[in-house]
Amino acid sequence: MVDYSSLTKGDVVAEESFHLTRDNLVRYAGASGDFNPIHYRDDVATSVGLPGVLAHGMLTMGLAVQPVSNWVGDPARIVDYQVRFTRPVLVDGAHGADVTVKATVGALEDESKIARIDLTATFNDETVLGKAQVRVNLA
Amino acid sequence: MAVNPELQGRVFPPTAPYLVGREKIREFARAVLATNPINFDVDAARAAGHADLVAPTTFPVVVQEATLAQLLAEPDAGIDFSRVVHGEQRFSYTRAIVAGDELTATLTVSSVKSLGGHNMVTADSEIVDAEGKHVVTAISTLVVRGDED
Repeated sequence: MVDYSSLTKGDVVAEESFHLTRDNLVRYAGASGDFNPIHYRDDVATSVGLPGVLAHGMLTMGLAVQPVSNWVGDPARIVDYQVRFTRPVLVDGAHGADVTVKATVGALEDESKIARIDLTATFNDETVLGKAQVRVNLA
Repeated sequence: MAVNPELQGRVFPPTAPYLVGREKIREFARAVLATNPINFDVDAARAAGHADLVAPTTFPVVVQEATLAQLLAEPDAGIDFSRVVHGEQRFSYTRAIVAGDELTATLTVSSVKSLGGHNMVTADSEIVDAEGKHVVTAISTLVVRGDED
């Protein structure tokens, strides 16, 4: 269990890289029930004006919180999680895509002992999520 | 085609109960590249004080899916699915989801806005357990792109 009193705003609490392949997108489609073909068919993706197959935004959101889940130990401590989808993650058929996540203490609420952890998710040197905030109950 | 502004405030009927299975939690956890044992190992979950496996944070999207289908199927909604982009997502929990939960979702369209030729639709899915107690609210903001061409 993370000790609330040990945290300081600005601390980097976790950092992790994820390698995504098309296999991951098919697996996420099956697990989530989101079978939009822009996430597995190049011809459909390009026909709607996209540069290629994209990761599901919800897959990026889902993996980006995992470093926080591992850091806090019990995922049930995560009481709120929000993101904005700002840029797509293009997943190349041969080479996949690498998404890096950095989790930083953004705010501390002393009364409730809730820590707000801010996520930076990066693909090709650009952030792909905006206002990505995880509220963790450390009481 | 524009989104019908009268959608704002509309409440949909509750979805059929969704029974959360252990293997579904494991499948979803693998799909989001989770490695936390509390998502996979019943003993680890119980040792942390939970009745069963805890679902990953974004798991409510599986339950929310049925409510978004209701919204898109609404005859007067004016939402062209091929123009929908997921803009924002939020999950606000009262308690974590565990295997064995029977969950029901009720959708409310909390806001319909027009912004630079696009429409923004915010859909709140309130998810409750078999006793009717609040578990989590899943909030999606969908951007419906206008006919720019």
